[in-house]
Amino acid sequence: MSILINTETRVLVQGITGREGAFHTKQMLAYGTKVVAGVTPGKGGESVEGVPVYNTVREAVEKEGVNTSIVFVPPRAAADAVLEAIDAGIGLVVCITEWIPIHEMMRVTAYARAKGTRLIGPNCPGLISPGESLVGILPGVIFRPGPVGLVSRSGTLTYEVVNELSSRGIGQSTCVGIGGDPIIGTRFIDVLKLFEADPQTEAVIMIGEIGGSDEEEAAEYIKSMTKPVVGFISGRTAPPGKRMGHAGAIISGKTGTAESKIRALTDAGVPVADTISQIVDLVQERLKR
Amino acid sequence: MKFLEYQAKEVFAAAGIPTPRGKVATTPEAARAIASELGGKVVVKAQVPIGGRGKAGGVAVVSDADQAEKEAARILSMKIRDYPVPAVLVEGAADIKAEFYLGITVDRAKQAPVLIISSAGGMDIEEVAETHPDKVAKVWLDPLIGLWPFQVREACYRAKVPADLIKPMSDLIEKVYAVFKEQDAILVEINPLALLGNGELVALDGKMETDDNARFRHPDAKGVDEQAEHPLEQRAKELGLSYVKLDGEVGIVGNGAGLVMTTLDMIQRNGGKAANFLDIGGGAKAEVVRNGLSLILSDSNVKSILINVFGGITRCDEVAKGLLSVIQEMEVKVPIVVRLAGTRAKEGRELLAGSNLHTAESFQEAAKKAVELARA
Repeated sequence: MSILINTETRVLVQGITGREGAFHTKQMLAYGTKVVAGVTPGKGGESVEGVPVYNTVREAVEKEGVNTSIVFVPPRAAADAVLEAIDAGIGLVVCITEWIPIHEMMRVTAYARAKGTRLIGPNCPGLISPGESLVGILPGVIFRPGPVGLVSRSGTLTYEVVNELSSRGIGQSTCVGIGGDPIIGTRFIDVLKLFEADPQTEAVIMIGEIGGSDEEEAAEYIKSMTKPVVGFISGRTAPPGKRMGHAGAIISGKTGTAESKIRALTDAGVPVADTISQIVDLVQERLKR
Repeated sequence: MKFLEYQAKEVFAAAGIPTPRGKVATTPEAARAIASELGGKVVVKAQVPIGGRGKAGGVAVVSDADQAEKEAARILSMKIRDYPVPAVLVEGAADIKAEFYLGITVDRAKQAPVLIISSAGGMDIEEVAETHPDKVAKVWLDPLIGLWPFQVREACYRAKVPADLIKPMSDLIEKVYAVFKEQDAILVEINPLALLGNGELVALDGKMETDDNARFRHPDAKGVDEQAEHPLEQRAKELGLSYVKLDGEVGIVGNGAGLVMTTLDMIQRNGGKAANFLDIGGGAKAEVVRNGLSLILSDSNVKSILINVFGGITRCDEVAKGLLSVIQEMEVKVPIVVRLAGTRAKEGRELLAGSNLHTAESFQEAAKKAVELARA
């Protein structure tokens, strides 16, 4: 079953003629994703990897029946690209771009909420439903279909976990990278709700990090979940006041600490692993097999 | 980007927000001259990008130019929580009748700006917010419509701003919001916003922090680059590297912030301490690795290095080849542990087998080895 994307997903790549857009279009097509259109204003009529390019999102939607968009547009124009996709009525928008100004993201997330659009990101690797669709930059080769859902703020750390899961024969339903920024369109709790309702998903791995209070908010919801969740928090030894890579990974004052997140998750009955191997051990124990 | 008090006040003044008369000084002599010019009681204040300077002794009220010079000399030689004091702001002392708190910041959880105002402003505002939350009025703004007069009124009524002050306070709130918007700020704060004996509202202190992602819109902005405290961090910025200096002995290089943070955690789990955070991003390109390694090797605390790369789309054997050529070129004297995982990891490890680079298959093994080698 999976969540959010499947074999029916019809993808538009915004920024398709740029280096990142073109490269990942090729990767997504190779994986089997239905990439049906691209948009780069001014390059309408061209084609990239056989995918027709349009000038506007609205035209791509009308001509190719796009229902999902992935944005590879540089930071100064990315918010505008996301707004264009929301405005054209696309249901799922995935924004890979990093460094988008915060004031713009506050408006974009407010607009997405107002229009009922699911926005994932920005500054995220996207998502994948193994064997069905890849809408992002995750390395498809390490995934395999199965019962474990993943939701994470990080990229390569998640791939480490997936790699270990797959090597132990445990597949994944959908893996969602929600991104490393402080203001994001989809938070842990939003994805957990979807996994809870997904017949294919039997257990969930939640990979968080220092900064913000999303993990704590999710912990509250997890108390009402029927499916087991295993947690992991990175940045446990990061000193406060120092931003660790991701714009959102910073401990400010008393908020955003690893301790607070681990405590909230543990109180909600979520075991928080100390190592990547342990995450997989804990999931294995909890799967009904 | 953080703004020192005097820098924030310059922005406020340009936006029509009243600030005290005063000037910034970098020497005790200059402080004396400013105090003379101002005449009467003056305040000498340390200019540092952190709070708590008052409690640390970084603020002095003096009655003449002699004292101003003395206090400036003392404060300029201070370190406030490891921050040296580069300058002092010398201002005319104010006849304070009441202190308010006024600020606008980005509420990450609500994904919206929040206007905060309190009639109990001053040094203990954080305590007030905890013990008397009803005295701190918060009004969240919808990013789609911004700040409207009804919200300004709500804030003033809830904060019990006296009736005769509502108009000037509202006017000030609008100006503070204008600064917040125009500067792409994540925080604009005036604490205290003082009501003076003559009935004026004046920003006695000013704090501002702006969004680094929006720097391209503000090329001439005058603030403090907080990240660049340490010379190595400054160099990292110039090289375009995501690097944070820490104080341990195991240098870390990894691709992906979450992965690097976890590597730091794993080093600690194995009894060591990380010398730095360094995220070289997806791909682990040779040039970036070279710059990263040279940065880490400039840190005299470093006794071993752990390079932790996950190859997804990037192939580990390509990463190994790149690493070998970089390290050969650089003649590195410190032991290096390379841990490769993902696509063609086995091939990558085989390529490194002949060299004097240590390899490890698992995360745990790599961290343990790096810590042991640092101790050797």
